[in-house]
Amino acid sequence: MDVFLQTLVAGFLKGGLYALIGIGMTLIMGVMGIINLAHGQLMMLAMYVTFVLNTMGVDPYVSLFVAMPLLFLLGVTIQKFLLNPLIRVETILPENQVLMTVGIGMVLTEIVRFAFKSDYKYVTTEYSNRTFSLGNISFSVPLTIAFGIALLFTLAMFWFLLKTDLGRSIRATAQDKDAATLMGVNTGRITVITFGIGSALVAAAGCLLAPVYYIFPDIGGPFTSKAFIITILGGLGSTVGAIFGGVTLGLAESMGATYFGMEYEDIVGLTIFILVLLFLPGGFKRLTKV
Amino acid sequence: MKAAGSKMKKNLFPLLLLAGLALLPLVLESNYFLHLMILFLLWVVIGSSWNLLAGFTGQVSFGHAAFFGVGAYTAGLLFHHLQISPWWGMALGGVFAFLVGLPFGAICFPLRGAYFALASLALGEGIRHIATIAESFTGGMVGIMIMPTFVSKVPYYYITLFLASLSVLSIQLIMRSKPGYYFISIREDQDAAASLGVNTTLYKNVSLAISAFWTGMAGALYMNYMGFIDPHVVFSLHDYSVMAILVAIVGGVGTVYGPTVGAFIMVAFQELFRTGFFGLFAFLGKATGVAAVTALGDAVKKAHVLGFGILVIVVILYLPNGVVGDWEKIKRNVFRIHPAK
Amino acid sequence: MAFFRVEKLVKTFGGLTAVNGVSFDVEQGQIFGLIGPNGSGKTTLFNMISGVYTPTSGKVLYKDREIQGMKPHKICKLGIGRTFQVVKPLGRMTVRDNVIAASFSRVNSMGEARDNAMEILDFCGLTPVKATLAKSLPIAGRKRLEIARALATRPDLLLLDETAAGLNPTELLSAMNLIRRIRENGTTVIIIEHIMHVIMTISDRIHAINFGTTIAEGTPKEVAANQAVIEAYLGTDYA
Ligand SMILES: Nc1ncnc2c1ncn2[C@@H]1O[C@H](COP(=O)(O)OP(=O)(O)O)[C@@H](O)[C@H]1O
Ligand SMILES: [Mg+2]
Repeated sequence: MDVFLQTLVAGFLKGGLYALIGIGMTLIMGVMGIINLAHGQLMMLAMYVTFVLNTMGVDPYVSLFVAMPLLFLLGVTIQKFLLNPLIRVETILPENQVLMTVGIGMVLTEIVRFAFKSDYKYVTTEYSNRTFSLGNISFSVPLTIAFGIALLFTLAMFWFLLKTDLGRSIRATAQDKDAATLMGVNTGRITVITFGIGSALVAAAGCLLAPVYYIFPDIGGPFTSKAFIITILGGLGSTVGAIFGGVTLGLAESMGATYFGMEYEDIVGLTIFILVLLFLPGGFKRLTKV
Repeated sequence: MKAAGSKMKKNLFPLLLLAGLALLPLVLESNYFLHLMILFLLWVVIGSSWNLLAGFTGQVSFGHAAFFGVGAYTAGLLFHHLQISPWWGMALGGVFAFLVGLPFGAICFPLRGAYFALASLALGEGIRHIATIAESFTGGMVGIMIMPTFVSKVPYYYITLFLASLSVLSIQLIMRSKPGYYFISIREDQDAAASLGVNTTLYKNVSLAISAFWTGMAGALYMNYMGFIDPHVVFSLHDYSVMAILVAIVGGVGTVYGPTVGAFIMVAFQELFRTGFFGLFAFLGKATGVAAVTALGDAVKKAHVLGFGILVIVVILYLPNGVVGDWEKIKRNVFRIHPAK
Repeated sequence: MAFFRVEKLVKTFGGLTAVNGVSFDVEQGQIFGLIGPNGSGKTTLFNMISGVYTPTSGKVLYKDREIQGMKPHKICKLGIGRTFQVVKPLGRMTVRDNVIAASFSRVNSMGEARDNAMEILDFCGLTPVKATLAKSLPIAGRKRLEIARALATRPDLLLLDETAAGLNPTELLSAMNLIRRIRENGTTVIIIEHIMHVIMTISDRIHAINFGTTIAEGTPKEVAANQAVIEAYLGTDYA
């Protein structure tokens, strides 16, 4: 029973971070209608920012304030100069934007490999390995803090999307680009801002993950996969869905690792993903209608 | 008259190219170049197969490593478990890849657009995980090793050339007949195609089956030629699923010869980087005595993936239809040739 | 038994009932007009007949066979062709290749498909633009291509969804002419049209619906004089 509860808690905490990754992805997906296959690579970049700052003595939670604006700018640049120009050109495959993100992901990974080599890096803090206990269940301190901050960001994101003009424009663009344009929304600008926000959110996840994870250039790919699993689980473009998706994936991975063995962690995620595609196309959004 | 002439030229060119390629080993004794040519021809097969499904039928797969890997493992495992010659495995490699394609299609084809791309990616990754975990059957991460049949590279070269010609020719013939017209209709508009009597699900699966078959053959040939495989090599998302896409994109999606051109560019490009522009940097470094140049050369050698990434970005931005698809544009802008009105 | 009949067809989307119990018979060789204000459910009817949607309830009978719920490509093979109100050209194929693709529903060899396509292109007056990419045709050309493609599948029953919308007077005349010639070749036609004088002059019989239900059926004269029809149309005109 304790093992089960422990697994549940670990999965749930991880799920909070995954939700943050998923929300960034789902925003981009909703507004641009494309999957961003460089999403994990953007997170990887944020982890390295955290790492570099850490070597200079900056706490990972402080580096949030550096990594998020930096990645926001990078996201804006990518959307403005690499993705938006593609909307106008006619090509055989509509997936050109997606393929572009593949190229971007490769470039980011390789640049980092040049700068930092392929070996594992660690962000060490005095609390990296600290835990506290409630009953028989132990909580990792950094993961709990990460969960709290992720929750904060998620709530802030909801407030932003629901209550601000910019947020409403983003939602309008996601729902119907043409209608939004007719209503006077500058959708080109909205896509740029959204990509920036999505990148900043995944950057936050990177900073929060840095103290508990090892960092290497190729970590981006697996996290891109996780990001799209989360988004599909939640239903493309649904923010609430992304939270459910994130928590589900976190729990599933935890359970898989505890009850089948570490090497099954990834395959559990993929299996759930395929089951959802088969039996619940549209993801959890279909169940909750949000 | 002029039109007939240019059509003749169009048909003649591939034949001349083929003749040239067939004669190549007679003049070229370097194993190194033969190896590169074999890689190039393998990529012709894989890129053309991907292009049939994605470029012509509009179903953009991110999971072609699944078929390549299954082909390779079919050949490898037959030898490993049953001591059956991996050359038998080659034919079976295609067949097994095709069989894997059936559930693949059943899962992916009801989905459209982004969902299809993601599902294919997930399936490709899933198969890699399975091959890693099923250690007792596949050898897991240890991989499979077999003794190559031939010492010389020449037989491998001719076999690959044969496979490449056959696959490209088959695709060309298909695209000039009923299934080809149906594939393109599906790509252009599924609803319109269905209203014109096209069984879209069936023909998507036909396209996938052919694509998977050739890719599986390429995988099995790879096993024979390289003599070693493991799950991370042959089921690699980046080295095969994504690379197949890049080959086609660079050469020209939805054109018969685009992937061939793309395969050549990609292999040449990779080699250019891997060898530091064929030793140019090392040479310059030595000649000028500047250490920085030598260092730059060393950096370039490791930069081929970075190079691919940049190539993809540049191609998508400036030649979105690839070298073959945008040939007119290239002629206009680079060579300043304007078609006579 | 009628050549073609729909019986109490119903289609709901979530809470919305788009078609609510429509029945009618079409006789072989007729031009049968289907009218109704925007959003009254005409296209949805076509989509049920051509297999795009499965009816929520009701039957579609064609040559004594129930065909509701069959897949679109099967229905095409049975001899029912259709055009789309929002045209769906196979954009990056030439006009000729569009029609060749459609011809393959009847023949398997390239030669036969090409011959069939040439004949149809000629019949529809598209021969001059046969080498043009479908996406670069002007709207009149695209509407005509829709018809040509449907004809290339050699239908016995042809469903035309607002093929005259957006045409200028000259194009309109030649479109009406084309539809008459199609009928003369023995093809039965069900036509949805908004332009009243077109549908009134061309149809043998007209069926009017509003909000998914039948409000009138009869000869063009009868329907034009029908109070419910006048109200439905004046209502929308003055709204
Ligand atoms: N796929 C669909 N999903 C939801 N509502 C639909 C769908 N197709 C049509 N409708 C609705 O059904 C009604 C009838 O539409 P339609 O058949 O296109 O009308 P018409 O062709 O007579 O103008 C409209 O209110 C339309 O919004
Ligand atoms: Mg309509």
